[in-house]
Amino acid sequence: MANIHPAGVFDTTYEEDMSVDRTARDKLWKNLAFVALLVVPLLSVSGPLGLGLISDQYVGLIARIAIFVIAVQGLNILVGYTGQISLGHAAFMAIGAYGSAILARELGFTFWTALPVSALLTGVIGLFFGLPSLRVKGFYLAMATLAAQFIIPWVLRYPLEDLTGGTRPLNVPAPLIGPFGSYADDLIDDTTPLVFQAGDPYLVDVISLELTKVDGAHPVIELHNPGGDIVPAGDFNMTVFRDAGGKITGFSYIATKPGEYAITATVEDGAAFRARARRGKALSFATETAMYYIIVPLSVLLMFLARNIARTRTGRAFISVRDNDLAAELLGINVFGYKLRAFFLSAVYAGIAGCLLAYERNSLALDMFRLDISIEMLAMLIIGGAGYPLGALFGVTFIRVLQEAAIPALRPRLLEILPELFPFIEVVNITSAINPVLFGGALIVFLVLEPRGIAHRWEVLKVAWKIRPYAY
Amino acid sequence: MPVKLHVDSVSLSFGGIKALQDVDFQVEAGEIYAVIGPNGAGKTSLINSINGFYAPQQGRIIFDGRDMTHVPPYKRAELGISRTFQNIALYTNATVLDNLMAARHIHMKSNMLTGALFWGPAQREEIAHRSIVEEIIDFLELEQIRKSIVGTLSYGLRKRVELGRALALEPSLLLLDEPMAGMNIEEKEDMARYILDIHELQGTTIMLIEHDIGLVMDISHRIAVIDFGVKIGEGSPDEISKNEAVIAAYLGEGEH
Repeated sequence: MANIHPAGVFDTTYEEDMSVDRTARDKLWKNLAFVALLVVPLLSVSGPLGLGLISDQYVGLIARIAIFVIAVQGLNILVGYTGQISLGHAAFMAIGAYGSAILARELGFTFWTALPVSALLTGVIGLFFGLPSLRVKGFYLAMATLAAQFIIPWVLRYPLEDLTGGTRPLNVPAPLIGPFGSYADDLIDDTTPLVFQAGDPYLVDVISLELTKVDGAHPVIELHNPGGDIVPAGDFNMTVFRDAGGKITGFSYIATKPGEYAITATVEDGAAFRARARRGKALSFATETAMYYIIVPLSVLLMFLARNIARTRTGRAFISVRDNDLAAELLGINVFGYKLRAFFLSAVYAGIAGCLLAYERNSLALDMFRLDISIEMLAMLIIGGAGYPLGALFGVTFIRVLQEAAIPALRPRLLEILPELFPFIEVVNITSAINPVLFGGALIVFLVLEPRGIAHRWEVLKVAWKIRPYAY
Repeated sequence: MPVKLHVDSVSLSFGGIKALQDVDFQVEAGEIYAVIGPNGAGKTSLINSINGFYAPQQGRIIFDGRDMTHVPPYKRAELGISRTFQNIALYTNATVLDNLMAARHIHMKSNMLTGALFWGPAQREEIAHRSIVEEIIDFLELEQIRKSIVGTLSYGLRKRVELGRALALEPSLLLLDEPMAGMNIEEKEDMARYILDIHELQGTTIMLIEHDIGLVMDISHRIAVIDFGVKIGEGSPDEISKNEAVIAAYLGEGEH
């Protein structure tokens, strides 16, 4: 599709010809869209300004779309540009998610260091599962990557159960900036609790306990509210620090809800315990609104980087491998090398998306990374337009909006009509069938009407708009 | 003239089928060397062996004095061997420009990281190579279609784009596998003109495979004839046209 400029705009340099946003108006639209995205949470009900113009549901929806845009863009690099296939993309997200959570929980990484490290780790594992692409293509490669989808969750569930909690949900600490300084240094032991006041959810108290003396059994350390009840797990984040031998050396508490808290330690008879508590203020991303400001800009950045990769040397090599791997090899492209690069890059994107998903939810379960999520991501890519820079954005937005906004909106009305139309089907079956049938139906209609994806239709529309009122 | 390419007694077989038997010839630097032969004679197998796509069971491929028998195909391209294909093998869903730019791969340095940022050196590199590619577009008269998707182009144009892509590698040896197959007279003459121009302007050594004997006689300096995987004759166009074995292979014995 030729890049059509408005009348009177001519390219006089190659730089102009290559630019993505050729005119000031193109740039303006893109910047406006970005600013609009950043403003959304400020207008939401629980946003810091408390304006209440937009339902919180939509802030979460946009954040989840942005996370999956990253994952599907990774898939786009592999499937859309390089023509390989992966049925294990959700498993790579699981590595990013569990990797970053474990790094933070067990090794004291912060979110900011856990994100790149877990992304690279996912990339390396993706590289490993890309090795079969040396010999096999198409359906056979799909089967080979399916192995990742079975092996990785199994490894996380059984051999690594001590770290991941197996089938139980795993708590993920909130990303923090800080703590800034330490303004208090208190001692607590089995008789003296530490009482502190937690502020607003964006600027939180971080309390780290450094165990200075433990004799006998490990103490039971608990967080109580003033009534003396134990604080529910969702209201605070706790990280346990261990030394190389697995011995607990400290804890870190972050209270995310305002109120007064007390940390107490109880020990069995005869045991002694003492800890030094350091308190500091930190900027917390524990709330959905705050995570939004990490997720959305990162998603935009990763889309931008992927687009540039696609239009430079590496991307052209990917496309060469996809369109004609024999010609590519004979014309100087190390086909296997570039397949592996695509697997690596794709897994890095999946890893980042997985990590963000973990920190957005504050809690992880293996159920979030099932095979059907991998397949759903492929469906998103195909509907959005594989091999188009905006394919991931369109596909994820379409399916997520369909699932989370359109179908729930239609549902009550359908529940009235359908039992009358199909009296021979039990109502309970209709209720459970509405979502999958509408979802599947929308997919089929889309694939029949626009098999090249929404992104293709978008480019056709853009050209039609620019050359209006002429038809061709 | 130094020897550009030495195909040193190459034998290639697929199971019981002997595609090439002890084929031996030398292409000198700066000449247009043609390989002709009936269908199924082993011409394309020969080019594929030179390229490294097939691994001959016997013999060696020596390029610029270097034994390339065990060098992988993409490295041979880096050393200066480029080619076109009998059944066009372009990147069909990419534009003409991207097809040509993709062939600049071996001359470019940007990687995933610098490309992703598209800033500074990576952008300057893109522009520098774009202007080289534009010269080729200019030479092959592809200006009108530079941003067309290759899959939408006509056969004749695609053949020309493929020649452009082979040139974008800046090869010192250009292998052309039936560059004029399926073309009408006019298109063939255009193609012949391009081949002669490439040879004259860039001094590229060209080895071509072609069915159109008349055309081959007109443009090549030396010709080798292959039949059933065996070289049955070699020489200047004049010598070939008088060679008894060649006449027999092409016209059948005792009928001329």
